[in-house]
Amino acid sequence: MSTNHHAASRETTEGTVYTVTGGDWDEVVRSAAKADDERIVVNMGPQHPSTHGVLRLILEIDGETVTEARCGIGYLHTGIEKNLEFRNWTQGTTFVTRMDYLTPFFNETAYCLGVEKLLGITDQVPDRATVVRVLLMELNRLSSHLVCIATGGMELGATTIMIYGFRDRELILDIFELITGLRMNHAFIRPGGLAQDLPPGAVDQLRDFLKTMKKNLPEYDKLATGNPIFKARMQDVGYLDLTGCMALGATGPILRSAGLPHDLRKADPYCGYETYEFDVPTTETCDSYGRFLIRLEEMRQSLRIIEQCLDRLEPGPVMVADKKIAWPAQLALGPDGLGNSLDHIKNIMGTSMEALIHHFKLVTEGFRVPAGQAYAAVESPKGELGVHVVSDGGTRPYRVHFRDPSFTNLQAMAAMCEGGQVADVIVAVASIDPVMGGVDR
Amino acid sequence: MSDTTPGTTPGDDGAVPAPRESAGPEVIGVRKGMFGARGGGDTSGYGGLVRTVALPGPSHRPYGSYFDEVADELEGALEEQGLLPSNAIEKTVVDRGELTFHIAREHLVRVASTLRDDPALRFELCTGVSGVHYPGDRGRELHAVYHLRSITHGRTVRLEVCAPDADPHVPSLVSVYPTNDWHEREAYDFFGLVFDGHPALTRIMMPDDWQGFPQRKDYPLGGIPVEYKGAQIPAPDQRRSYS
Repeated sequence: MSTNHHAASRETTEGTVYTVTGGDWDEVVRSAAKADDERIVVNMGPQHPSTHGVLRLILEIDGETVTEARCGIGYLHTGIEKNLEFRNWTQGTTFVTRMDYLTPFFNETAYCLGVEKLLGITDQVPDRATVVRVLLMELNRLSSHLVCIATGGMELGATTIMIYGFRDRELILDIFELITGLRMNHAFIRPGGLAQDLPPGAVDQLRDFLKTMKKNLPEYDKLATGNPIFKARMQDVGYLDLTGCMALGATGPILRSAGLPHDLRKADPYCGYETYEFDVPTTETCDSYGRFLIRLEEMRQSLRIIEQCLDRLEPGPVMVADKKIAWPAQLALGPDGLGNSLDHIKNIMGTSMEALIHHFKLVTEGFRVPAGQAYAAVESPKGELGVHVVSDGGTRPYRVHFRDPSFTNLQAMAAMCEGGQVADVIVAVASIDPVMGGVDR
Repeated sequence: MSDTTPGTTPGDDGAVPAPRESAGPEVIGVRKGMFGARGGGDTSGYGGLVRTVALPGPSHRPYGSYFDEVADELEGALEEQGLLPSNAIEKTVVDRGELTFHIAREHLVRVASTLRDDPALRFELCTGVSGVHYPGDRGRELHAVYHLRSITHGRTVRLEVCAPDADPHVPSLVSVYPTNDWHEREAYDFFGLVFDGHPALTRIMMPDDWQGFPQRKDYPLGGIPVEYKGAQIPAPDQRRSYS
């Protein structure tokens, strides 16, 4: 390289340094590329603010170009699937709700649908319970998409979107808290129905929320959809076409951004989704921007579904009638928090010995599930969330496996990022919307 | 599980999966006693209870729903390739509205690519592999369970293959469904199922130098007793389990 008259080079501890003194710029670039000094391997994460939790990215970069990208996962592995095998079937919801912690109701519903299939009580789950499940899932879809858009925006430096997203998510978490008592990790959906009915005032608050949300959602359009900077960062970034999606098993907004309107709510309906009116948005762009648009549109569709749920809510039970499965106590708010209702305690401790035995048996031992296996899948905000549940006829799950969409979709990271710019890796990963709690379980 | 487990063939040298008992439910173990009490003076008589644990056995035609069509098409397509369906498909189970083909492991890749490519089948999407460990299913302890989804026809089907503990090899499906890359690594990590032909079968969740396969049934959960409201609560795997 020292033969290059226009760009003399000398070796330093920092690598080759070129001194350009006019002449052919192309030649300089060529020799710099030949030197291959710019090829470095960057370890990004697992503790990094823009990797969505404890995701570790190993990037081999040549200048600004990513030549190879790999994921390191497992930093948030908590052994939930193993732990489930040591708790009874009802306690399972307490664990699965913590998997993808941004979509707790989807985890719970998928798990409960699987258990109910094994029990053969799918048809006996009361209508009200199913409607409330749909209602909670759609609210949850909103909150999950809001986090995706908010954190995705933040990683681009668009902090206003982040503030907006978390502002609106807070409204949803308030509703979750009102209904379940908790903002996250609800364990509210149980095999056979729900832990308890909607509290008074929930429907009113939901109607208010719908009004607010209809006002707030267009703000994202105004702020981001037509924003030239936003579009420049998102368009054609994280490209994955239909062939790639199918091969890599990518589902959810990633698959729909490639133009295939595959949504389990339409394709393989559960919880009565076939009776709701909503559209499945798609784009043909195969990129991050398309996924953003799809998420935005899905939020509007979720609002439609929530509205229909509210119109459908009829008074009635929220747990199967079978007393061998239904949790015996109705919960009530006491001075020390939520617990068994005093009426129920009075009944089992004072009047009915059989009720006491029944309560004790069901709470300590749990119910038995006939041996066999079942697969239940729901359309989570990230894609197909599948649960493989195996029972050996005992009071505990024999094996529960979650096919978490984040886990599968994250495999597409390499295909989306290789050959692109380093800065685009952040955008591509954000458009996958992986939640490490779900990836690692 | 006791040695007298009925309906199972003790693994001799364990080199190949034991042949499946024809007809009848698949016995995976025996459950004894009741209430989980052991070693105490049993005055109830329940301690003498012995029950076999069995998964649903093979089904007979008609299977119902779209299952007959899928089974016909699959068997026909395999025959066209010169493969006797009864050699590849060990048994077909229809249970709880789901169709399961138990596949001989050496034919797994052929069956999967047939399911994917045949226009009448078109199971384009594989939702990964789930390992299950049945220590009581002698000679067929490790099961790999695949769920396939056909977006074209709106159908799902389950494939199940098994391998003995002594020879935990199952062919990899990455060549047919690349999405199974991480899923197979996960099943290897947790169950020690070796997927032959996988491009890079390494641990994915556990640290690289981890010993053992945590989700096997003989792998302890671990944990320590904790104090709650003045009482010692034993670790989860030390608590009473109800048989």
